[in-house]
Amino acid sequence: MLKVLMFGWEFPPFNSGGLGTACLGLTRSLTRLGTDIIFVLPKNLGAKADFMNIRCADSADYTDLVARGHGLNIKELGVFLYPYLTETEYRERYDWLQFLQKINHVPTGKSLYEEVLRYAVLSRQIAREEKFDIIHAHDWLSFPAGLEAKRISGKKLVAHVHATEIERTGGSVNKNIYNIEKECLRQADQIITVGGRTRDIVADNYGVTKDKIEVVHNGIDHDYFENVDQGRNRLLSLKKTGHRLVLFSGRLTIQKGPDYFIRAAQKALTIDPKIYFLIFGAGDMKNKLMHLAAGLGISDKVLFGDWLRGPDLVYAYQAADLYVMSSVFEPFGIMVLEAMMNRTPVLVSKQAGAVEAVKNILTVDFWDTDEMADKIVFVLSHGQLHKHLAENGREEVKKITWEKAADKCINLYQSLIKNPACSPA
Amino acid sequence: MPSICFYFQVHQPRRIKKFRVFDIGNDKHYFNDDSESKLNNRKIIEKVANKSYLPANRLLLELLGRHPEFKVSFSLSGIFLEQVEHDFPEVLKSFQDLVATGRVELLSETYYHSLSFLYSRDEFRHQVKKHKEKIKKLFGVTPRIFRNTELIYNNELGQTAEKMGYRGILTEGADHILGWRSPNFLYSPPGAKKIKLLLKNYSLSDDIAFRFSEKTWAEHPLCADKFAHWLSNHNGAGEVINLFMDYETFGEHQWEESGIFDFLRHLPAEVLRHPDNEFLTPSEVVAKYEPKAELDIPHFISWADIERDLSAWLSNDLQRDAIAKIYSLEKEVLSTGDEELIENWRRLQTSDHFYYMCTKFFADGDVHKYFNPYDTPYDAFLSYMNVLNDLRLRVEEINLQINNKNF
Repeated sequence: MLKVLMFGWEFPPFNSGGLGTACLGLTRSLTRLGTDIIFVLPKNLGAKADFMNIRCADSADYTDLVARGHGLNIKELGVFLYPYLTETEYRERYDWLQFLQKINHVPTGKSLYEEVLRYAVLSRQIAREEKFDIIHAHDWLSFPAGLEAKRISGKKLVAHVHATEIERTGGSVNKNIYNIEKECLRQADQIITVGGRTRDIVADNYGVTKDKIEVVHNGIDHDYFENVDQGRNRLLSLKKTGHRLVLFSGRLTIQKGPDYFIRAAQKALTIDPKIYFLIFGAGDMKNKLMHLAAGLGISDKVLFGDWLRGPDLVYAYQAADLYVMSSVFEPFGIMVLEAMMNRTPVLVSKQAGAVEAVKNILTVDFWDTDEMADKIVFVLSHGQLHKHLAENGREEVKKITWEKAADKCINLYQSLIKNPACSPA
Repeated sequence: MPSICFYFQVHQPRRIKKFRVFDIGNDKHYFNDDSESKLNNRKIIEKVANKSYLPANRLLLELLGRHPEFKVSFSLSGIFLEQVEHDFPEVLKSFQDLVATGRVELLSETYYHSLSFLYSRDEFRHQVKKHKEKIKKLFGVTPRIFRNTELIYNNELGQTAEKMGYRGILTEGADHILGWRSPNFLYSPPGAKKIKLLLKNYSLSDDIAFRFSEKTWAEHPLCADKFAHWLSNHNGAGEVINLFMDYETFGEHQWEESGIFDFLRHLPAEVLRHPDNEFLTPSEVVAKYEPKAELDIPHFISWADIERDLSAWLSNDLQRDAIAKIYSLEKEVLSTGDEELIENWRRLQTSDHFYYMCTKFFADGDVHKYFNPYDTPYDAFLSYMNVLNDLRLRVEEINLQINNKNF
């Protein structure tokens, strides 16, 4: 049986973005196809999966500390990683870390960058203890851990890129993060990107050749969205008097382009005032976005809510008449598939990787807010088009499975194992 | 011989509970937080009543009994009165006892402590009338002197108040309005025939309201005899010293431990020790003195923050859009004829809602933070806009029903 040592950074239900969702979908299908997975997380938050073994780096080296009895469970005190944490946010939380360090003598990194290296160091022991055939690491926070495992075991490393630093920051990269990505991608034996555009960005900016990169589109769990009682969908109340709902859901950061969504909203409202624009998510742009909506005089039409998970997310998709993803950069955009599963028509920026995977969607350039507004109003006012997108989208997305992605990964694993050629190390 | 004129403001808003997008259309109770949070209106009033209203009223009643020359005035917002009437009748009773002495004047204001004068004259008149009726019903008196929310004032308001029959109106003695002139005389709005302007002496008022317990202040601790001496020093250089402040100064903003109640206890005797001093209510002030000059105030002023303008409520786009949206619903809301709905709409006009959305974080940030029950101005804004949308949905539903009946 093929055994994979996989490094991630988040896993449902403790995820803050699409990466955790992708890891769950991919690993579940990999195990269904007969792969054995040891999944490593930087920090023990209690993530569980019945189909694979999850190990946490923080409990590897410091288990002895548990016995010291500081009244704190050491499993909760590991590497302080959170996928979308910026360096600034990390520094703000650093006081807390220093406090933990003082009472526990756990060395803690001074920066997010150092924390990532610490995760790598902690992962050595797991790499020594476990038997496996191949290493698979997701995004930059776990790349150094994957690389350490490769160094210790001599096994091949697959680096799975869900987003690059260039995409996350809109170009104003953090040098340290970029350097980690660059070095790890150089040393990886195989690179996977979730879309063609990210493949091009990696090839153009990270000094690797395209033949080392394979595109593996994300999939979607079909059973995930079935069991929700529509009678309890409180968002439907918003539509009692004939309003339509347009949904934006995602991190409120430059990368996701929520500001373009609001500008398009203002234009759409001049044509059709009976629309609510729902923005669910958290992020450093949230306050700015409220000022933007108020400044445009539409703060009563743009409603802000917290990041959605579980049934609330499903309610939002199902209540919405249109899902809009106005990302400036969107390596894939798993929420496009989620919306389609829920029969919600999708308007997505042409830049998204998901555009390569599905056809029954509308696309727009994120910066073209006139066109975005036009298409929003158009879908809402053309019942036939709305129905077509909803029904055909649903049928189409059924074929976009994690099995397909897992199958591609397994083929890559097998050819890597067969091919003894040394990677440039 | 300076006359001393005390006016205390008493107001408690109905704070909006945390209201999510998911609550819109599903929950028409906006003000009923019953948690331990700072949005639980009942709990807040209970706390302030015990720390401030009840002990301060007891003390004032005692002082009025001891000094026949002692007088004060209050403005009690309607939205405050209805809350204590419902939940804390003993608080209401303590105010009624004060008014019954005949030496406590009540002033006129907008029932909902709103900024309606800036947005809708019809609504403004309605709220002033409603407040007047409430005062008449609870206290058996009719106010003759007007004070607008947060002492917000301009020429137009002065002229409007005159047309409404008021003999006096209160506002801030702001430096940028007065220039070299003194706040210790009466003035009149341009072109006014009868109405007189009483200006707050903010320096002396704020010595009590803001600086009293400030240990770094050179005059700390402030004793009644020292303060009375400062007042007497104006002898010959002013006619009336207007000491206007929030009533919560006593026991809430300035804690009991600061000695604020002792200060108040001794103040009347210390003031009256000087034979030329006296206490007057605003009505007595306007009866006794004539305006010294016209005061031109074309732009709105208020008693809030260092700017003494509208910026506490209307300085950012969140505040401006939120308030524009609530007043834009006026016609539709009133046309429903639904009393509960109309009442909710009016409660959403209370100025505090917009104050909580303020993002001025400089010199006044501390004050704003102190008075803000929400974690951030953005939390205040979100709950407000969600509630506004819930209200609008209810309006639309009712109007749809009306239309359906007509077909």
